[in-house]
Amino acid sequence: MATEILMPALSPTMEEGTLAKWLVKEGDTVSAGDILAEIETDKATMEFEAVDEGIMGKILIAEGTEGVKVNSPIAILVEEGEDVPEAGAEGNGETAPAPVALETSEGKADPAPATAQPAPATAKSNASPDWPEDAEMVKTTVREALRDAMAEEMRRDDSVFVMGEEVAEYQGAYKVTQGLLDEFGARRVIDTPITEHGFAGLGVGAAFGGLRPIVEFMTFNFAMQAMDQIVNSAAKTLYMSGGQMGAPMVFRGPNGAAARVGAQHSQDYAAWYSSIPGLKVVQPYSAADAKGLLKTAIRDPNPVIFLENEILYGRSFEVPKVDDLTIPFGKARIWREGTDVTLVSCGIGMTYTLEAAEQLAKDGIEAEVIDLRTLRPLDYDTVIASVQKTNRCVTVEEGFPVCSIGNHLSAYIMTHAFDYLDAPVLNCTGKDVPMPYAANLEKLALTSVKEVIEAVHAVTYR
Amino acid sequence: MATRKTASRASAKPNVSADELKAYYRDMLLIRRFEEKAGQLYGMGLIGGFCHLYIGQEAVVVGLEAAAEEGDKRVTSYRDHGHMLACGMDPKGVMAELTGREGGYSKGKGGSMHMFSKEKHFYGGHGIVAAQVPIGAGLAFSDMYKGNDRVTFTYFGDGAANQGQVAETYNMAELWALPCIFVIENNQYAMGTSVKRATKSPDFWERGAAYGIAGEAVDGMDVLAVKAAGEKAVAHCRAGKGPYILEVMTYRYRGHSMSDPAKYRTREEVQEMREKRDAIEHVRQLLLTGGHASDEDLKKIDKEIKDIVNEAAEFSKESPEPALEELWTDIYADVAPQDA
Repeated sequence: MATEILMPALSPTMEEGTLAKWLVKEGDTVSAGDILAEIETDKATMEFEAVDEGIMGKILIAEGTEGVKVNSPIAILVEEGEDVPEAGAEGNGETAPAPVALETSEGKADPAPATAQPAPATAKSNASPDWPEDAEMVKTTVREALRDAMAEEMRRDDSVFVMGEEVAEYQGAYKVTQGLLDEFGARRVIDTPITEHGFAGLGVGAAFGGLRPIVEFMTFNFAMQAMDQIVNSAAKTLYMSGGQMGAPMVFRGPNGAAARVGAQHSQDYAAWYSSIPGLKVVQPYSAADAKGLLKTAIRDPNPVIFLENEILYGRSFEVPKVDDLTIPFGKARIWREGTDVTLVSCGIGMTYTLEAAEQLAKDGIEAEVIDLRTLRPLDYDTVIASVQKTNRCVTVEEGFPVCSIGNHLSAYIMTHAFDYLDAPVLNCTGKDVPMPYAANLEKLALTSVKEVIEAVHAVTYR
Repeated sequence: MATRKTASRASAKPNVSADELKAYYRDMLLIRRFEEKAGQLYGMGLIGGFCHLYIGQEAVVVGLEAAAEEGDKRVTSYRDHGHMLACGMDPKGVMAELTGREGGYSKGKGGSMHMFSKEKHFYGGHGIVAAQVPIGAGLAFSDMYKGNDRVTFTYFGDGAANQGQVAETYNMAELWALPCIFVIENNQYAMGTSVKRATKSPDFWERGAAYGIAGEAVDGMDVLAVKAAGEKAVAHCRAGKGPYILEVMTYRYRGHSMSDPAKYRTREEVQEMREKRDAIEHVRQLLLTGGHASDEDLKKIDKEIKDIVNEAAEFSKESPEPALEELWTDIYADVAPQDA
């Protein structure tokens, strides 16, 4: 009986991967534990072992193929004596069409498998467009967009360098810095020891000394070790020096919950950093925003906290192909116009928000969806203008509920648009618990599309 | 201190001219008289908050500044008045910052612990114990990155030496051969905790060996010994050999801050240091016994210093408090000040 070998999931957030290399060929005898192939995930290249014994009947996915979905068949194992399918024959109906292997050269297109996440809503321009409306759009992952932003800024300014754990030779723990070492060399792409407190402080000193450091934290959970340097040294020096010197630099990395990594690796720090005067705080959702805002962050003469999200890294969005995409801080983006309720979110929170808005529209409730993009500075005007129109507001974030971004917005809206409100502002947030590991509890601990929809029903009284 | 076998003393004295020796005397005296005046102004309520005086430790910064060249950088902790005066910052601006006035180096917004000078390459003034250590390594990194041969003096105390980020910084500094001189000002007390009550490994400079960093202990009450050790450390860094540790054995005569009753040490211990080991008196004797200066020459220097300090004190009283609008400035920059 032939057995399908499926593409394995080798990391908590892996949705697809590259089949880098086959270590067996058709007709080889395979024992359980033999290494069949090398699979490249978003984080690493891993060896994939056989679970069953048999004969490699047919390889369905050629080596070098990118974007192979987890759980799609990659090979067929047959028993001894069983017929090996003829080379060139198509798989058995159930097999998904194999993506075509792509050249590993620059400028390659994202494979964008047919079963990708639902396409994000089309952005509605607020005030001025962020790029020319006739710009050619290229499908790009958030991960690639971030890398491109750093590469472009490093080409532009020799004082920009990137340092952090595994950023250089390993090509980035999450592959965000992939290729930077090759292009810019070890002087400007620097692997650090596991020393968050130390290298954050070293980065601050380098910024004082006139450089433009990009300090990558493998995740922002580890930046808690560096919190003193970020807050006391980077954020406050401009003020304490009476404007004589400051820390023009970017602290960046994935923030918030990934998937099934437990309490110590799953915290959203947006509200923490946003409470500090002297810091700027960015939390992008789309790839175009990730690119344009990171370029702005690198050029900004102040310390910028750039909060990425591991789950968003692999998502593809349309990114304009323009020479120099920069997006200003403090300018929210209206993804969807509506008249019944204002939904405010940013970062990963946008995935719940946009999906909820789609479903609500089917029930005849038109939500206006605002992606704040930057939390410091925050585009209060866009929020207030929208609330004045819809008279209702729901905020959406994954962070803890106490002293959340939503709490702050609620207070601000109450102060500045009290007479316009027809219902209390509701906050959809993560729950007030450390992140549990169990899949069902983890899901419960985060906010959800359902919660957002319920909150909208509550504030619209329908 | 003097009993430490590893500490270099007279044997390592460099040749200095009479003029240089007089300059060291003058610079150390300026720090002492300035700090005494700051203590008075604090007592009068003109200086508030924390105020950590440098009296007793003057030879450390004066000796090391004698080994520095234009463009070299320095960064230190909150006990920073001496470092600022030694690198040439204006006593008026320092004193006016202590009184929280517009004429202070930070426009009155930093205070005793937070002052900076781009012009003199003084990068603070840091209030969190040991936070300046990785920052100092980062300053050294910036010079290495730019490809010049400047060095950074990173000062910290025996208390800071036990902080984790010092170990982290040593590791990176040697790994990347950063031109950073780690100056441990061992004044024997971390606030009220003596070195022996804080560690079983009291020879702080020797900790560098674990990371491959060269270093030595130096008699910090002898400005010439400090200068000689500083020159050796500077040469090591400029030659691209990586960081160097100087543990400078010194002593603080005053309390940790103005509010310190100093019950953790005896009056006799302090008195003995003042009488037998004082760094300024040491140079005074060298000048007099060597015939390099007369009593009258020294009195003239004393008078000159007194005038500078009085002028600084007057300025610090007359300079107005910052305008109320200053509350809202310097939070964000439009242009990075160090690029401007």
